[in-house]
Amino acid sequence: MMPLYAVLLLAVGTYAFRLAGPLLGGRLALSERLRHLLAVAAALLLVALVATGALTQGHGFAGWARPVGVLVAGVLALRRAPFPLVVVAGAATTAVLRLCGVG
Amino acid sequence: MDMRSLLRTLERATLRDIALVCLADALVGASFGAISVSGGLPLWVPIALSVLVFAGGSQFAAVGVVLSGGGALAAVATGLVLNARLLPFGFTVADVLDGPVWRRVLGAQLITDETAAFALQQGEPRRRRAAFWLCGIALYVVWNLSVLLGAGAGGLIGDTDALGLDAAFPAVLLALVLPSLTNRRTRTAAVVGAAVAVAATPFVPAGLPVLLALVGLLFAGRPGPAAAGSGPGVGSESVEAPERMAPVEKEAVR
Repeated sequence: MMPLYAVLLLAVGTYAFRLAGPLLGGRLALSERLRHLLAVAAALLLVALVATGALTQGHGFAGWARPVGVLVAGVLALRRAPFPLVVVAGAATTAVLRLCGVG
Repeated sequence: MDMRSLLRTLERATLRDIALVCLADALVGASFGAISVSGGLPLWVPIALSVLVFAGGSQFAAVGVVLSGGGALAAVATGLVLNARLLPFGFTVADVLDGPVWRRVLGAQLITDETAAFALQQGEPRRRRAAFWLCGIALYVVWNLSVLLGAGAGGLIGDTDALGLDAAFPAVLLALVLPSLTNRRTRTAAVVGAAVAVAATPFVPAGLPVLLALVGLLFAGRPGPAAAGSGPGVGSESVEAPERMAPVEKEAVR
């Protein structure tokens, strides 16, 4: 569940990240090192979400249908297929595999 | 902020690119709304997240953590780490928002990967400002409308597993993050982090594995002299020179 206070916490924190620059812009500079780490952290978290979202369900393995669907989507995305095609192809692959009895 | 003078200030190619980014984000937004609601969240959650947080990647991340059984605080922490990248963006576009406090306060909410990229693409201060505000306002409207439509549609979907919708969520995130993985060190850090997260899943409470992935930062290395090929997307090394990117790649994650 996502209670209202969680939505508000995320919103306020995010807004604070956004507002710091415009308010302090002239008086403070961020180091290259910090910029780099923040950028890598964002990419890293998204990849971790992809991996856990594709492979796990609860505390166990999600079954083969889902990761195979995500893999198909990833290959299409690498080949620069349009975004809707990437998502629909991923979901459709998983759906068809389940229809064929793959978990 | 006269919309017509904003439009006249910008070149036709820039306007077209902004429109394309809006279109791409509309599809991401609709997916977000549909996946959230079909996954079992009440309608107000994706809508409130979109209006108040207005950062697609973190919205997907927070909902993903919650839908996989994680706690609300884990969802907030994941979203906040993801949005910490907006901090440097804020400093990068600070000059665009220079002026009265109300302008900074309103403009800050519009700081995203895309608006920062479009602002930086323009050399002249007047155009930087126009690109930032036009892209920001257009994205804010388009994003929230598309999330609303997607959320409405998501409520009509019955058996989400039979339709493979559980694969759609990681598929969306993968499509969004791929353009920012051109840097080798970023890739290494991400792969290590993902391996840690998956390995930890059986043993720790839901929501925590993704945060544990941050140990991958040990492999982040130092900032390179030129982050080749990285765009304004999530995890990109810099928001410089977005003109090298195809418009579709600019979509990234808000």
